[in-house]
Amino acid sequence: MLKQTEGSHAVAEAVALCRPEVICAYPITPQTHIVEGLGELVKSGQLQNCEYINVESEFAALSVAIGASAAGARAYTATSSQGLLFMAEAVYNASGLGLPIVMTLGNRAIGAPINIWNDHSDAMALRDAGWIQLFAETNQEAVDLHIQAFRLAEILSCPVMVCVDGFILTHAVERIDVPEQAEVDAFLPAYEPIQVLDPKDPVSIGAMVGPEAFMEVRYLEHHKQMRALDLIPELAAEFKAMFGRESGGLVRPYRLEDAETVVVAMGSVNGTIKDVIDDRRAEGDKVGALSICSFRPFPLEEVRAHLLGVRRIVVLEKSLAVGLGGVLASHVRMALRGRAQLVYTLIAGLGGRPILKKSLSAFLSKVETEPHADVHFLDLKNDVVERELVRASQQRRSGPTAENVLKHIGSPMAGLV
Amino acid sequence: MNIVKFYQKGTYTVGNRLVSEAERTTQSSPERTNSITCGHRACQGCGEALGARYAIDSAMKATDNQLIAVNATGCLEVFTTPYPETSWQIPWIHSLFGNAAAVATGVAAAQRVRGHANVRVIAQGGDGGTTDIGFGCLSGMFERNDDVLYICYDNQAYMNTGVQRSSATPPTARTATTPSLGPEPGNVFGTGKNVPLIAMAHNIPYVATAAVADLRDLEAKVTKAMSIHGARYIHILVPCPLGWGSAAHDTVRVARLAVESGIFPLFEAEHGVVTHSTAIRRRVPVDDYLLPQRRFAHLFKNGKPVDGRVARLQAMADENIRRYNLLRDEESDR
Repeated sequence: MLKQTEGSHAVAEAVALCRPEVICAYPITPQTHIVEGLGELVKSGQLQNCEYINVESEFAALSVAIGASAAGARAYTATSSQGLLFMAEAVYNASGLGLPIVMTLGNRAIGAPINIWNDHSDAMALRDAGWIQLFAETNQEAVDLHIQAFRLAEILSCPVMVCVDGFILTHAVERIDVPEQAEVDAFLPAYEPIQVLDPKDPVSIGAMVGPEAFMEVRYLEHHKQMRALDLIPELAAEFKAMFGRESGGLVRPYRLEDAETVVVAMGSVNGTIKDVIDDRRAEGDKVGALSICSFRPFPLEEVRAHLLGVRRIVVLEKSLAVGLGGVLASHVRMALRGRAQLVYTLIAGLGGRPILKKSLSAFLSKVETEPHADVHFLDLKNDVVERELVRASQQRRSGPTAENVLKHIGSPMAGLV
Repeated sequence: MNIVKFYQKGTYTVGNRLVSEAERTTQSSPERTNSITCGHRACQGCGEALGARYAIDSAMKATDNQLIAVNATGCLEVFTTPYPETSWQIPWIHSLFGNAAAVATGVAAAQRVRGHANVRVIAQGGDGGTTDIGFGCLSGMFERNDDVLYICYDNQAYMNTGVQRSSATPPTARTATTPSLGPEPGNVFGTGKNVPLIAMAHNIPYVATAAVADLRDLEAKVTKAMSIHGARYIHILVPCPLGWGSAAHDTVRVARLAVESGIFPLFEAEHGVVTHSTAIRRRVPVDDYLLPQRRFAHLFKNGKPVDGRVARLQAMADENIRRYNLLRDEESDR
């Protein structure tokens, strides 16, 4: 059914259509509206046969989901940022135990300095925790990915994290086609666990594993994700056949024909990127874009196939691997191993800094003429950085960096617009 | 339970032949489940292995074998499940050190939603996993009154990692992180957490303390806990020969001396109110409890206290005796 609704609420409706049996709720901006929406659906009786549990922390949220999933229930939770880090130990545990929990990550920066706005630092921090990580480009895709995520998780018995850009998607109100219950029921069968805590057939789950078997258990986790490389496009095709929409898949190419420069990115920023591509194409520039939907497993072969022959690749990413540069860019370089193609890391949008069409377009003009450098920062205020570096070099007790930078800028909100 | 006036000389335990058929222990029955079966890797004289077997077998009996156990990381988890072997004869899950109570909440929720209301859930951990790292999840489970019995096997330090102090370590006890060195050897006075009292402050339906010295008392409390729905907590004192420096054959004796000195009071509470305490039948000075344990060796020289610290421990025991009314004429041998 078409409706005008907030992204978070649409995700809540999509999750409810998947008939979760246990939902663990803990508030954290910008994810909160999702669990609030689910709370309304459970309290009002619209979502039945579901235990909605208000927990005391994100660590408990995922731990409750672990218990519920191991006992055979379809379990769901949502978090963001600090919340994901607070549950980090349980994130690894859920995948290590092979529990098909689905979790929405409302992507948000990680402090300090504390910041509630969008970037991908949270998802990147736990990229190697054994979860499948899918990035939604639009709110429609966020809805659709959740329905695919439960199916994928349960086929593989592997947890899936659906990454939805905080505020940009979670709080945006737009037209969304929310599927009908009967359609979702046809796409997503009832959960049939591969392992379950059951007095009729007692098993021990979570035993200690030593050097003689740990490698094999880990390898089998990797093997699941390699299977997901085949399953993700299959499910996207099946979804399209049933719902009539392109959603999910591993990667999504945009105007790659004859492209000499390609921008690679994840999530909602692809909307901006496509606008820039269209503008520049209109002026005769041979540019295209590649949106990565599945970050884990990372589709090395698909990325390579789409980028072979491209002269310049600009990897725009909303996270910074401090001391290195880009995470996604490193993955793209891995995909292009053995190829002499120019890969630029473009760090953009950290802590919610707007990614402007004109800034991105200016950068694309620049890379066509200037010598190659590995790491670039989009719209970094170099004067502010320089002033703080000078200040810090002049006095030992130079004070807290974030506060000094805010003072240089003049107003805490000055940098946002 | 009837007050049994007779008990065996030496061990001070009540023999099954002195009580009615119905009051005989689960452990004495050939029908017991052996929930933790033989072949596990616990140390000789392990109080936790004993306490867990007593508790889980009773819970199994009380639930007609419809039981799922959740385990925190710790000795009990490690010694029962060296991959690919397991001692658990019941459905069992170990997730993390600090989340056993929350995982149990999830297991219980799954039973409700999947229509298995008869399947009951226990969570269990050592004192570190309960009073320290698992405390947030424990308090959350209590506060929500989730249908979980949480059992803490308290051996008063982090034994699995090599005897480090926890918030359940008593004053003066020597651990690897409170060595018996300097002007104030061992753990300091004025610290620590009384989790049974904190559990009571959550107004949960049932809280009890027990010790491996009194099997019948322990089993009765587990049985009672399983007859109640909602959050329940049982805190069981389980001596650790390795960490306490006591003889392996003295585990039950040391636990009994903790109870009889008043150092470890046995009581029950319902909805935040103490409803019953187990009377001390034969009171002993705390010295009797402290002397068999090398972790307290620095308190004594030639069997005599070296300073006023033993008196301070005695005062703590006396306060427990007063607070929980542990010396009652009709039940004590005085």
